[in-house]
Amino acid sequence: MEWASWSDFWNMGGYGLYIWGSYGVTVAGVLIEVILLKRASAETRRSLKRMQQWEEQ
Amino acid sequence: MNLYTYASPANFYRLAGKLIPWFAWGAGILTVWGLYISFFMAPTDFQQGEAYRIIFIHVPAAWMSMFIYMVMAFWGAIGLAFNTRLSFMMARALAPTGAMFTFVALWTGALWGKPMWGAWWVWDARLTSELILLFLYIGIIALWAAIDDIRRGDRAGSLLTLIGAINVPIIYFSVKWWNTLHQGSTINLMKAPSMAKIMLLGMLVLAIAAWFYTIAVALVRVRRVILERERQTEWVKAILEKEN
Repeated sequence: MEWASWSDFWNMGGYGLYIWGSYGVTVAGVLIEVILLKRASAETRRSLKRMQQWEEQ
Repeated sequence: MNLYTYASPANFYRLAGKLIPWFAWGAGILTVWGLYISFFMAPTDFQQGEAYRIIFIHVPAAWMSMFIYMVMAFWGAIGLAFNTRLSFMMARALAPTGAMFTFVALWTGALWGKPMWGAWWVWDARLTSELILLFLYIGIIALWAAIDDIRRGDRAGSLLTLIGAINVPIIYFSVKWWNTLHQGSTINLMKAPSMAKIMLLGMLVLAIAAWFYTIAVALVRVRRVILERERQTEWVKAILEKEN
């Protein structure tokens, strides 16, 4: 372990901005993909169900 | 039952549904483990200080950007050759994740380049070919979105994927073929890796996590495509009714 304290950890030897900028955007990319995919999947199911009910009438 | 059973969208839909939680949980656990290694076990680099820790996501993301493209090209080729519906659906399901990883590779590269080279971006062979890869992904996704006819769209998009595949070996070998600012590969199949074992382990664990993640999201996406395309069939109607 290289870190004496939390502030030491966030500072990353002066490279904090670059490190956390990298990890932050990666996490954001993954989260955005997962959220968009969940929404799209739910929307597909909803519209298919609507179409199905419409056909049944 | 044999292997071809799963070439049928109905069976593959069920199989994918069973596999998704395993890959999703696998990705989560591997990510936590990989990040623990990256930040709490791997030592400070004697040349680059802490800045090198970007490698733990930069390299797996760059690998995924190329691997996913090759897998897409593979499914596209199978689809074009044998006219198998599911192959085209797999190709479509992979593209957005490939684009995401390409963006992450470029972004983390820029944030690594600034402190190490003094520049966010240079037009050298490695960076430029990776940027072209991002444009290829976006172009293919846009082409698919623009063509309403599913069969035509599948073929056009897969053809573009195959033509663009020439870019992947160019990215991979760019650091050898040209004098680039980008460093050469740290890991090479032909020789021992030129980095500490614990750093290598962190990178590999996160690379496997990225694979698991990709498989999980691609399966979720392919299930959605299957439902849309098979909506007239009895089995899809039965599934939707069961969920009501």
